[in-house]
Amino acid sequence: MGSRASSLLREEDIEEIKKETGFSHSQITRLYSRFHSLDKGENGALSREDFQRIPELAINPLGDRIINAFFPEGTNKKYTAREDQVNFRGFMRTLAHFRPVEDNEKNKDLTSGEPLNSRTNKLHFAFQLYDLDRDDKISRDELLQVLRMMVGVNISDEQLGSIADRTIQEADTNGDMCISFSEFTKVLEKVDVEQKMSIRFLH
Amino acid sequence: MLRDAKQRCGIIAKESTSLEEELKDIRRNCSSPELDDSFDMSDAFYFCRRGIESIVDDEVTKCFTAEELESWNLLTRSNYNFNHISSRLTVLWGLGVVIRYGFLLPLRLTLAITGVGLLVVLTAMIGFLPNGRMKNFLSEKVHLMCYRICVRALTAIITYHHSENKPKNGGICVANHTSPIDVIILASDGCYAMVGQIHGGLMGLIQRSMVKACPHIWFERSEVKDRHLVAKRLSDHVKDKSKLPILIFPEGTCINNTSVMMFKKGSFEIGSTVYPVAIKYDPRFGEAFWNSSQFGMMNYLLRMMSSWAIVCSVWYLPPMIRQEGEDAMQFANRVKAAIARQGGLVDLLWDGGLKRGKVKDTFKEEQQKLYSKILVGTQEVRSRS
Repeated sequence: MGSRASSLLREEDIEEIKKETGFSHSQITRLYSRFHSLDKGENGALSREDFQRIPELAINPLGDRIINAFFPEGTNKKYTAREDQVNFRGFMRTLAHFRPVEDNEKNKDLTSGEPLNSRTNKLHFAFQLYDLDRDDKISRDELLQVLRMMVGVNISDEQLGSIADRTIQEADTNGDMCISFSEFTKVLEKVDVEQKMSIRFLH
Repeated sequence: MLRDAKQRCGIIAKESTSLEEELKDIRRNCSSPELDDSFDMSDAFYFCRRGIESIVDDEVTKCFTAEELESWNLLTRSNYNFNHISSRLTVLWGLGVVIRYGFLLPLRLTLAITGVGLLVVLTAMIGFLPNGRMKNFLSEKVHLMCYRICVRALTAIITYHHSENKPKNGGICVANHTSPIDVIILASDGCYAMVGQIHGGLMGLIQRSMVKACPHIWFERSEVKDRHLVAKRLSDHVKDKSKLPILIFPEGTCINNTSVMMFKKGSFEIGSTVYPVAIKYDPRFGEAFWNSSQFGMMNYLLRMMSSWAIVCSVWYLPPMIRQEGEDAMQFANRVKAAIARQGGLVDLLWDGGLKRGKVKDTFKEEQQKLYSKILVGTQEVRSRS
């Protein structure tokens, strides 16, 4: 019933996930137990409702945006069987963004290309929280919507509008009234992204 | 020491910084380190990280599944992450199965049937006696005897601490709830008036017999929703000093014995003395938590009777009364904190009702309000009650 979680995860899968994400063997099995405990339907995949069942996530103002990050657009068969479900590979792939950067020193045999938890990829994750329609730029409207999620009913439309305007003005360098990913990166160049977008996974 | 072990079992180490501290820290290197009236795109980092942390490990969902053991206790049901280690262990496990199912289980079943049977028959007989001292005396003896047989039926090894604080007549006994067995454990050491909903079937039969011998408080399903009715019956019972102390589990649902969740304030509004009791099970010999979404009552009892033993400690805490200027909710939290402290349990503010229901929107609104205050300063935030 609920106790045979680890026996459903094969060694080959663990190796592949290790290569792709950089998590250690024991971290992967622990996270699999967690995945399994969230999977109420026991069908090997998580739906949006499964995430929303976590009270601390449900009360997070950006909860829905974070949940959305687990469900990438289109159906990449490796990570989702259906559009509204994410399997364990997809779950781990998203979580991998939050591995601390120092850990990369220990795992030099990652696949070529940038690791998922690089500074750029962490920033990209944050960028996508704002970019609602996934068109690679943050429009004033999108920024307003996300701001509204964070402040609730406590700030007036006008004030929120002026905050959004100011933010875009400061960031926008090419005058298209939107924030592209490179502009986003430039604005946050002094921020310690590696630390703020990392979680200390225990071994 | 038990708490350290639990932390080692965790998946992540969480930062416990507040929203304000965190935002200040993120913006430290930016052009406008002051927080008033300025938004930074990096503000989302805090919420994002907390969100991901809660996906990996949160306080609440793990309260509703059984606690993970550090080392295996040879019961298949406790086998979470332990893979095949050695043949010798498998042989030991096999031997364990034979002993538990072949020897212990039949023995315990016999005892259980005897205990329950005697309870039903004897209380019905006592019901014919006229009300008075003799009836109460016999009722007490019968209840205690039958519960003690049931305790043997579960091979429950119970250590009672501070028996001088045992609940007295006219009081309310509150305890943390892990399983239906809590009732048997407490009732085998003292006499209580039970509170609960009338069931059908065997349970209902037992309930109806028990109430013939001494006044328990059983509610019809329809009456349970009526809070005033419930409160009235409880306070009527409490005012009568000849009646036994009431036993209530204010969490309202079974929690997995690592934490104590929100106490419903109903029992604390009545105004009588509250006798807190902390119950802590040792999971190494058998997991006592009843995960009602995973298996039903019969399956649960079967698992209980085929474990090695149920080992637990019961602490009777000194009685508490509501102070001046303290409302029911604060009183409830004070009692909860005392129970959590004694039992070595985590004191949570979350409602046990989250097992089945959704969290209220007000909590999200609180978070949004907090962030808004940081963003634009306290005066400008419109207060919405």
